Amino acid sequence: MSLVDEKTERVPGWNRPPVIAPDGEGELLEVSMGPHHPSTHGVFRMDLSLDGERVVKLKPVFGYLHRNHEQIAETASYLGMMPYTDRLDYICSLTNNWAYALAVEKLVGQAVPERAEYIRVITAELTRVQNHASAIGFLIQEMGASGTPLMYAFKEREKILDLFESLTGSRMMCNYMRFGGCRVDVSAAWLDATRKVVAGLPQFVDEFEALLTGNEILMARTQGVGVLRPDLAVNAGVTGPMLRGSGVNYDIRKVDHYGIYDRFKFRVPLGDHGDVYDRYMVRILEMRESIGILEQALKELPGGPVMDAKAKIRGFRPKPGEAYGRIEAPKGELGFYLISTGGAEPYRYRVRPPSLINLTVLEDMCLGHNVADVVLIFGSVDIVLGEVDR
Amino acid sequence: MAVEQELKIELGKQGVFVTTIEELYNWGRRNSVWPMQFGLACCAIEMIATTMARYDLARFGAEVFRPSPRQADLMIISGTVTKKMAPQVVRLYNQMAEPKYVIAMGACAISGGPFKQGYNVLKGIDRYIPVDVHIPGCPPRPEALLQAFITLQKKIDEQSLTGENRPRHLDAEAQGEFPVPEQGEHDLVPPSNPGVWPVQIK
Amino acid sequence: MEEHGVALKTVEEIKAAIEAAVPGARVTMVPNASPSGQHSLLLEPAHALAVAKFLRDDAELALDFLSNVTGVDWLDKEITEKVKVTKQVPKEVDGPDGKQVQMVDETVEEQRKHVEPGYLEAVYHFFSMKKKSAAAEPVVLRMRTKNRTDQVELPSFTPIWRSADFQEREIFDLYGIVFTGHPDLRRLLMWEGFKDHPMRKDYVEPDDFEYEPTAHDKVLQRATEHKSRE
Repeated sequence: MSLVDEKTERVPGWNRPPVIAPDGEGELLEVSMGPHHPSTHGVFRMDLSLDGERVVKLKPVFGYLHRNHEQIAETASYLGMMPYTDRLDYICSLTNNWAYALAVEKLVGQAVPERAEYIRVITAELTRVQNHASAIGFLIQEMGASGTPLMYAFKEREKILDLFESLTGSRMMCNYMRFGGCRVDVSAAWLDATRKVVAGLPQFVDEFEALLTGNEILMARTQGVGVLRPDLAVNAGVTGPMLRGSGVNYDIRKVDHYGIYDRFKFRVPLGDHGDVYDRYMVRILEMRESIGILEQALKELPGGPVMDAKAKIRGFRPKPGEAYGRIEAPKGELGFYLISTGGAEPYRYRVRPPSLINLTVLEDMCLGHNVADVVLIFGSVDIVLGEVDR
Repeated sequence: MAVEQELKIELGKQGVFVTTIEELYNWGRRNSVWPMQFGLACCAIEMIATTMARYDLARFGAEVFRPSPRQADLMIISGTVTKKMAPQVVRLYNQMAEPKYVIAMGACAISGGPFKQGYNVLKGIDRYIPVDVHIPGCPPRPEALLQAFITLQKKIDEQSLTGENRPRHLDAEAQGEFPVPEQGEHDLVPPSNPGVWPVQIK
Repeated sequence: MEEHGVALKTVEEIKAAIEAAVPGARVTMVPNASPSGQHSLLLEPAHALAVAKFLRDDAELALDFLSNVTGVDWLDKEITEKVKVTKQVPKEVDGPDGKQVQMVDETVEEQRKHVEPGYLEAVYHFFSMKKKSAAAEPVVLRMRTKNRTDQVELPSFTPIWRSADFQEREIFDLYGIVFTGHPDLRRLLMWEGFKDHPMRKDYVEPDDFEYEPTAHDKVLQRATEHKSRE
C-alpha cells in the first residue's frame, strides 16, 4: 500500500492534482468505474487510468442524476421547494429542510420560537446519527464485509425512521420544517419513544465499535490510505467529517452559533492523519457527541408554540434581496443561496452541495493507490448523488 | 388439462401430488427471481431497506442481488432516470438474459415524478423498455416493493408455456433487445421508442 | 492557528483594504436590501486575480475558504423613460406679412426606449477558517460579464482556491460563462455533445410531451398544441 510518490510534481497553488509518472513499461489501462457499479453509492462514474493496479489518473464524471432542482425552484414557490429539498441528500432529509428554512428565515428576518429550535436540534441530531451509521455500514460493506455491519446500522436506522414517520408522516421525505418553525408539534408519546431510542443508542455504538474499531482487517486496509493534507482540505473547500478527519477544527455548529447549539455541551472530534481510518473514527465519535446533545435537548425541551404566530404563510413574497444560510449537515456544509426580486418564486436558488465540493480532492487522495483502495477512499468521502448532481 | 382443486386436495391426502408441467415450471421460476443491484436515487435506499432485516426480501426468493446483468432476472429501476443515464439503462436491459422482468419503482421511474419538468429527466423508463410492474410512491414503502414483487410472481404464475401469450423467452420471434438512444445536441435521439411507447393496455 | 471571537471586517473596511493593497482595482459596493445584511462587493475582472490573492494571503482577512460559487443570469432589460426634448417644430405664426411658417422651439415629452444589456454574474461566498468569527456572515464578491452573447469571459479563481474547480465547471455548463485560466473547463453535469446552457432564463426545453390526465395552464396549452399537430 503506497502513498503518493516523491517524484510527483505539484503545481503551486494546487490548481490541479499532482502528476504521477507511471513506472515500468506497458501501456496504461483506461477503465470506467461506473455509472452502474455496486460500490459507487449511486450513479457516479470515475474514468481511471491504471498502471497495473495503481491509479495514475482519475477523472470523476457527474450528471447522471442531474434533476435540475435549481431550475424547478424558479417556477415553484418558496414553500413549494421544501419537499424538493428532501430529495437532495435523501438519507438526511430533515437537515436539508433546516438549511433551506434557515436561508429563507435569513432572507426575510424571521424569528423562530424556542420549542421549535429544540425540536429542530433533536431531529437534526437523530438524522446525524443514522447518517453516520449508514455511512460506516456502506464503507465496511465495500471493504468486503458482505452486509453485516450494514444490517446493524439499518436496524438502528429503522428505529429512528419510525420516529420520523410518526412525527412527520414519512420515513424518508419528511418535509417538516417551515419558515418560522416546524409544521407540527411533538406529542408526549413521541418524546417517550424518542427517549427510549436514544437510551438504546450508546449500546448500539458500543456494539458497532466492538465489531469494527479494533478490527485488524479494517485497520490494515484503512490506515495510511487516502491521506488528505489539512491545508489542501481548507483550500479545496472540504467541510464536514472529512475536514475534521484531517485535523482542522471547523464545525459550523460551533462557528456560526446557529439555532441554539450554544446551549449544549459537545466536543468536536478531530483526526490526526487524515486517512480513511481517521474519518471513520471521527464519524463514530460524532455519533457519541450527538447522543449527548440529544440527551441534553430532550431534558431541556421547553413548552410553547412551534410556529411563529406572525410568520407569513400565504402570499409569501420576500422583498428584493439575497441571503446565504448554511448549517453543519452530516456530510459537510450545506448552504442555500437565494436571490429574490420580489416575486413568489426565487429568482435564483442555489444549493451549495457538500458532497460535490468534497469530491474536488478525490483525485489527489486516490493517486498512487490500488483500485481497491479507491473504493474505500470514495466511501469515506460519504457522498449522496442526489446532492452532487442536484 | 387442469385438475380440479378438490380432487387435488383429496389425492394429496393420499400422498399423490398432481400438477402440470406449466405450474411446476412457473413455480420454480417465480420463487427464485434474482434482482440486479441497480439503484439510481432515493428509491434505492428504500430498496436497500427492503433487503435488510426488517422487511426481508430474501424470503420471497430474491436471495442475492447480482451486480452483473448477465446473472440477474429482474431489474428494479429505483429512482429518476435521467437522459444522461438512459442509454446505460437500456444497454443493461439488453445485456440481461431472458427471461427478464422490469419493476419501475417510484414516481420518477414511471413518469418522471416530481422532476418532470426537467431538461435532463426522462419522463418514465416506459419510453424505451417494457415494464412489467409499476409501483407508485415517492418513495414507495418497503411493503409496497414487497407487494410489487408478489404481483410479479403472480404474473409469472399466469404465463402459459404455449400459445399466443407465451413469454418472450419461449417465442423465437419476440423482440428481446431494444434500441439504445443516442445523446443528441438538445435531447435524446429518438425521444422515445415507438414500439414500446405509448403503452398499449391489453 | 485558532482565533476565536475576532469579528470580520465590515464591507466598507474590506473595500478600503482591497483598494489600498491592489492599486487600480475598482471595487463597488452592492447593497443588499434584505434583513440578512449580506452586502457584496463588485469586482472588475481585470484586477480580480490580484485581489483574490490579497484576500487569501492577507493576515487580517485570511479568507482561505471559498464556500460557494454561483452563476446568475440577468436578462436584457427594456427601459422606457419619459424625456423632455426641445425640438424645432414648424408653426404658423402671425407675421407682419400675414401667416408665415417659422421654426419655433417647443418642449415635448417623448417616450424613449433603450435596452440595458443583460449580463451573466458569478457570486462568490468566502469565509475564514483561520479566523473563525462570532456570528459570521460571508464575504460576498461578484463579477459580471459584459453581455450574455459574445463577451462571456471571467478570470477563474481555481489557481487560488481549489474549491472553485468543479463549481466553475458547473457554471460553464449551465450558464455559459467561460472561465479563463481554469485547468480543465469541460461540462460537468450535462453530456458532452449538449449544445445549450440550460439554466439561462431564455432556455426552451425540448418538447417531449407526456400525457397528463388533468392538464391545466401551460401543460394544457402544450397538450392542445400537440393535438392540433396530429
